[in-house]
Amino acid sequence: MSQELGRSVKPLANIVKAEGAEPLFQAGDAVKISVRFPVGHYRVPTYIRGKRARVEAVVEPAAINNEDEGFGRNVGVKRHYYRIAIPLSELWKGYAGSKNDGLRIEVFETWLERS
Amino acid sequence: MSSHAHAHTPAPDTGDAVPGYYQVMETAVRERLVEKKVIGAGEIRQMLEVMDTRTPALGSKIVARAWVDPEFRARLLANGRATLEELGIDFFEDTQLMVLENTDSVHNLVVCTLCSCYPREILGLPPDWYKMKPYRARAVKEPRAVLAEFGTVIPDDVEIRVSDSTSMIRFLVLPQRPKGTEGFTEEQLAALVTRDAMIGVVRASNPEKKEKSR
Repeated sequence: MSQELGRSVKPLANIVKAEGAEPLFQAGDAVKISVRFPVGHYRVPTYIRGKRARVEAVVEPAAINNEDEGFGRNVGVKRHYYRIAIPLSELWKGYAGSKNDGLRIEVFETWLERS
Repeated sequence: MSSHAHAHTPAPDTGDAVPGYYQVMETAVRERLVEKKVIGAGEIRQMLEVMDTRTPALGSKIVARAWVDPEFRARLLANGRATLEELGIDFFEDTQLMVLENTDSVHNLVVCTLCSCYPREILGLPPDWYKMKPYRARAVKEPRAVLAEFGTVIPDDVEIRVSDSTSMIRFLVLPQRPKGTEGFTEEQLAALVTRDAMIGVVRASNPEKKEKSR
């Protein structure tokens, strides 16, 4: 109900948004997953690092960077997760199944590069 | 009771076992949190009680409702969590729920390669195989072979979409409604939806139909 009411309100123009409030990527954008190996527990599996992918959707709402939060850093700063699509043939050389088969995974904004 | 010859080893009394590293750590952290009044001892017990009430039967009801009510289905697909909260299902993790619809051209499969992320609010605790490395590693690498081992053969022209649940979203597969169930009530439909069908390793099936076709 409140969501429906919210939608009928027209947003004001020219509001300057805080860092991270607006998603940097949009559905359809070509991206690459960063290749980094920081110390700690990172929720970006190694098998997707360095792979080319496409943004399928922006995940709302924006979320804290739980990887930094775990170390007490970055308290309260929010950014977006994205639902990312990667063909299985991009992930695995000689993938035996259909070329349409794909992976979907959510990746935090700090791990995506424009491709 | 049994009259056969071999001896039965009594089941080990788990209370006698020396606790492992992580068990000791869990106890230490829990006791410290209770001592510092961050949580109460009763809260942990209460959470376990809540978890025990969440079983795949809840997920089955949601799927059956989506099969009979197109408007509910559309809202569920648009925002899983908000729609289920309207049904009175509370979410105790700060995660979203995405409902993945199987169609004639797409078959969805859910895995958590890093650990055991799972839509616990509506399916309860995940099965052991879901948490073990063979499934976690192979589901993203050779999903068709994994599915075949569950007895599910997906034609090549059907896209397999594996969702690796790593952070903020939990996934529920909305299986296709089996053929020959047109006259079924919502309750009868719910009985056809198994836990495995909601993870995507099998289809929902109509056992009556299967027997007839044999």
